[in-house]
Amino acid sequence: MHEVDMTKCLILSMEEWAEKKNKEKIIVEKINLKIGEFTCVEPISLINTFNAAVLGSWLDSSEITIETIPFEGKCSKCNRSYFPKKENGYKSPCCNFNLEEIISGRELKIASIDFKEK
Amino acid sequence: MHLPISDKIELNILHQNSHQAEKNKVKFNNYNLLCLNIMSSPGAGKTRLLEITLEDLSTEFQSAVLEGDMTTNLDAARLEKLNIPVVPITTGRACHLDANMVSGGLKLLEKKINPHILDILLVENVGNLVCPAEFEIGEHFKVALLSITEGEDKPLKYPIMFREADLILITKVDLLPHLNFDINELKSNISSTNPKADVIEISSITKSGFDLWQKWISKKILKFKK
Repeated sequence: MHEVDMTKCLILSMEEWAEKKNKEKIIVEKINLKIGEFTCVEPISLINTFNAAVLGSWLDSSEITIETIPFEGKCSKCNRSYFPKKENGYKSPCCNFNLEEIISGRELKIASIDFKEK
Repeated sequence: MHLPISDKIELNILHQNSHQAEKNKVKFNNYNLLCLNIMSSPGAGKTRLLEITLEDLSTEFQSAVLEGDMTTNLDAARLEKLNIPVVPITTGRACHLDANMVSGGLKLLEKKINPHILDILLVENVGNLVCPAEFEIGEHFKVALLSITEGEDKPLKYPIMFREADLILITKVDLLPHLNFDINELKSNISSTNPKADVIEISSITKSGFDLWQKWISKKILKFKK
């Protein structure tokens, strides 16, 4: 259900961006997102929600692409990076240390927008 | 038609919410008002916790509550009996409070009372472990409740909630003798997910742990007001 609110935020950000570009004169082809694995977003739900929300609007023909960013942590004992797993309590496999530092996976970003001028 | 152009913007999807959350925080700071975002699953004991806490705090501090609820004002009605300002925020179908809702709640609170006289604003979020922690509201600290009837594995299953929390209250610990529940396993799962969080065990029945919770709040208020 939270994907609905994320979509609202995304559309508002798109509106803000488009105002600077002269919205009437552009066609947005792709909105390229980066979504981290350590977020509450289900990518397919976000795409479906977006597609339903923009029907009949200026973003109707726009496509969402999602690059999934892996969840990566850093072991605070030996500084090695690792992919935390729920099954292992997110601990580092090298030193069995708790997850202190997250390197990536918390991203919720509009990375870029591909558009054409009419 | 022209060739496609790629505009690299690297903007947070929740930028609109974060922007409003920053505005809320500026308001809280101008009022010298500490704001706590209280989150948990439904039935973990948020409202009961607030009932006791507000009564205990009333000897020392002035409090107010923004009460998030999906469809009813039942929790707000309970807290209003304590004669403190309470503003219900009915979220409808939304499963969390967002910064705009809290901004609206704050405007209603301003009509009820001058927030300058307040020390602490407790925001009870909608009961849900999945997404409330992802939506900033302008709070200074996040407090997550986890009742022992929910199981030891919840910090691992809903890691974002427990990773983001500054304080985790383990509630309903009076039930420990009656349940096959390993509190050390729960604490270990909390440490794995969020080694930096403060953790307090608490019971609204026996009131155990409430002294530590009150101390935690008092310390935060006094430090904030310095």
